[in-house]
Amino acid sequence: MKKIKLDITVNGVKHSLKVDPNLRLLDLLREELDLTGTKEGCGIGECGACTVILDGKAVNSCLILAGQCAGREIVTIEGLSDGEKLHPLQQAFLDHGAVQCGFCTPGMILSAAALLHANPAPTEDEIRVAISGNLCRCTGYTQIVEAVQAAAGKDKGDWWLQI
Amino acid sequence: MIGLSPLRVDGREKVTGAARYGQDLKLAGMLYAKVKHAEYPHAEILKIDTARAKKIKGVAAVLTAADVPGNTAFGAVIVDNQPLAEDRVRYLGDAVAVVAAETAEIAEKAAAAIKVKYRELPAVFDPREALEPGAPEIHEGGNQINHHKTRKGDVAEGFRQADLVIERSYSTQRVDHTYIETEVVVASLDHDGTLTVEGSHQNIFSIRAAVASFLGLPLSRVRIVQAALGGSFGGKDDCMSVLSCRAGLLALKTGRPVMLSNSRESSLIESYKRHPYFLDYKVGVKRDGTLTAMEIKVVADGGAYASMTPFVTWRSVVHATGPYRVPNVKTDIYGAYTNNTYTGAFRGFGSPQITFAYESLMDEIAGELKLEPLEFRMNNILRDGEITATGQKLDHTVSVGQALQAATSAAGWEEKRRRFSEENRTRLLKRGIGLACSYRGVALGAEGVDATGAIVRIQSDGSIDLTTGLVEMGQGLKTVFSQIAAHELGVPVERVQYRRTDTSTIVDGGPTVASRSTIMGGAAVRKAAIAAREKLCAAAAGELGADPAELTAVGEKIMVASDPDRAIDFTGAVALALAAGMNLSSFAWHVSPPIWWDEEAGKGNAYFTYVYACQVAEIEVDPETGKINVLEVWAAHDVGKAINPEAVRGQICGGVATAIGYGTLEEVELVEGVTKTVNLDEYLIPTAMDVGKIHSIILENPDKYGPYGAKCIAEPTAELCAPAIANAVAHAAGKRIRDLPLNLERIVLGHKLVKKQRRAR
Ligand code: FES
Ligand code: FES
Repeated sequence: MKKIKLDITVNGVKHSLKVDPNLRLLDLLREELDLTGTKEGCGIGECGACTVILDGKAVNSCLILAGQCAGREIVTIEGLSDGEKLHPLQQAFLDHGAVQCGFCTPGMILSAAALLHANPAPTEDEIRVAISGNLCRCTGYTQIVEAVQAAAGKDKGDWWLQI
Repeated sequence: MIGLSPLRVDGREKVTGAARYGQDLKLAGMLYAKVKHAEYPHAEILKIDTARAKKIKGVAAVLTAADVPGNTAFGAVIVDNQPLAEDRVRYLGDAVAVVAAETAEIAEKAAAAIKVKYRELPAVFDPREALEPGAPEIHEGGNQINHHKTRKGDVAEGFRQADLVIERSYSTQRVDHTYIETEVVVASLDHDGTLTVEGSHQNIFSIRAAVASFLGLPLSRVRIVQAALGGSFGGKDDCMSVLSCRAGLLALKTGRPVMLSNSRESSLIESYKRHPYFLDYKVGVKRDGTLTAMEIKVVADGGAYASMTPFVTWRSVVHATGPYRVPNVKTDIYGAYTNNTYTGAFRGFGSPQITFAYESLMDEIAGELKLEPLEFRMNNILRDGEITATGQKLDHTVSVGQALQAATSAAGWEEKRRRFSEENRTRLLKRGIGLACSYRGVALGAEGVDATGAIVRIQSDGSIDLTTGLVEMGQGLKTVFSQIAAHELGVPVERVQYRRTDTSTIVDGGPTVASRSTIMGGAAVRKAAIAAREKLCAAAAGELGADPAELTAVGEKIMVASDPDRAIDFTGAVALALAAGMNLSSFAWHVSPPIWWDEEAGKGNAYFTYVYACQVAEIEVDPETGKINVLEVWAAHDVGKAINPEAVRGQICGGVATAIGYGTLEEVELVEGVTKTVNLDEYLIPTAMDVGKIHSIILENPDKYGPYGAKCIAEPTAELCAPAIANAVAHAAGKRIRDLPLNLERIVLGHKLVKKQRRAR
């Protein structure tokens, strides 16, 4: 198969790559760029473990071809913290016991980040809708919702604009 | 430190994406494996033709049972599970061959190129039919995996004393664990001949036993290492042994690292599930609501392999009457082989099924007697010092009454029961509130030896290594164990590093199951940390001019307990100990108190202690569509002592959500052995919109056998919500549903829809 040329920005870093036209964005991130914080749980867009932020919106990277992302900006979980300093959502997930096995956590945090980006003061129902595409089998979602509420209430610096 | 909730010690790597799970492993020269699954649920294998597959470029090995150097079968209780089927396939998740290739795509192509000739055999899919004479025999010796019983008093006499005898039948369905991470291993051979299998393992020692026996290697040359684990809930045990055996064999034959992972589809088809149960209850009761007798018969669908069926059904037989005073009991439980996907351990382990039956039944009996369900239960529940159905005298605080009171008063039970009944006459959407309570034996019980160990090593700089054979799967074990070690050594949690679980670092301390970790492993960690502290105290005693027994460790100091000014730095004490030639590594072993079971008589002191709980569910149901909304849940659990309350709350909320799925949504659909729900678009688990508000109520009645009085929490949380919802549906809609899940068809039609084929296979 003929490879296609792809210019893409991931976590603020520009990449110029040659990829298979049928390569999923998920595999580009995990296999080519070694960003393994993005997880695969179903491969068909149902679990949300593969969630990344594409031009400010949360998407399932298992359903998107790398080639569709030419010229676009992607944020993965590795790109959320500011060096050692955790993003307020990451910190809130720790503070509120919202992490158990952690497998859903990267996708969950990114869905929440995209929500807060669009809606800085969501209601509980809006939070539940925004993360309803991210399955978690461990937490029953209670502490996750609390964490997102707490992060939304935080000082509204420009942190979520980073995505 | 005990009773506080420090941040999870493994939290940071999980929120940053740094945590390395099985699917993230990559070794130089790694091959990718795929299996060739069976094509019939029951068939004799006549010929496996691998010639075409072997010729495909990039294929490194194609192996079958004929290549297995050791025992082709393994099993913790009954040795019957074949990672590569030898002469017969018994369910569609069996593998007949396994391929390793340079890429996953090549391996997939090669697996498809394998041709197998079968002779189809008659199959059986209903466990009750499987136990009939003349049923197709799945394993030599018949389809009965086991029969457990309990006997107490004389049920015939009990029924004679009854004013009313009620008979009811219930059934529960097959459900999947649906950990968000599917199963994966990487097997590799070290230069010294040790085979290492790293992956999403729950029980590293049982997996090691299976791999060593399959490959004909000594245990000392097999090393099972746990990667970060993306959920397990009892599910990553036998199926991980299967994956590890297959990948291990490929690594041994090719000399290269091999990754074998299940896609979600293979996971749903291949991995074991929760047992479907068919339960018949007959109960005698007096007019005043006193129970006189229970006769119970249960058949459990074990599927193609025994796996944990003997232990799962044993837990059921012990608890089958529920936490009630019943003078006469006769319970019989049978596990049966079928050609369905096999069933095994799943959070709850034989209790969610029976809890659904006996707690639905308690409401039904109360209804027949025109008694309030809460009052009826309060009159019959076990109290301190009373005798269980297995003849065990309870010598701890029996808190089921306290749990019932706590959950119902938090929920506003009486007022809502009355108000909803009135409002429902005119409401379109019907509201209901229901409850369920239970008792649960802690740890393994008389199903086996229960013992485990811990190693605390203090390094020369005062940092601390903590090692046990028990695993983190999300429940917070690393944090709780680190808290215990830190508490006993008087240092902050950050000073403790919980080592990755690896069979080569500590002796076999049993599995991380049965909610045994805090009470068993926690006790071992505490002993090891105390032993280490005593060494530091001995080393510091001279310098402090005190007797070692007068010293304690607090605030990173070793000090005279009665005179905190006489103190020496923790690291200073470490230096003194090392200078004196002391060994600062402490190993401790903890064995459970004595318990016993007489299988013949059906009696015994089954567990050394029990936990008690009650959950109340408030729901809304649309009688037109049958849709149930779980609005709020109140969950009261006696944990003995909450070492980390936030982690306890996490367990409660997670268990409740699992039970909401079990109660209202989930079912692995098998038609003649074929899995119809093969991915998460068809197998639905609760989303954030399906789980209502969950209120955790932690009760603490310290137990003499637990570290700091702690007992357990993981599993009891998952056994109550399904019957609480069923009882709430009965309250709301006036319809008693006796089969799980309580789905739309059952509520509207009163029975299950016969499903059309949803997906061509
Ligand atoms: S892996 Fe993409 S949604 Fe599940
Ligand atoms: S924390 Fe385990 S799946 Fe969410």
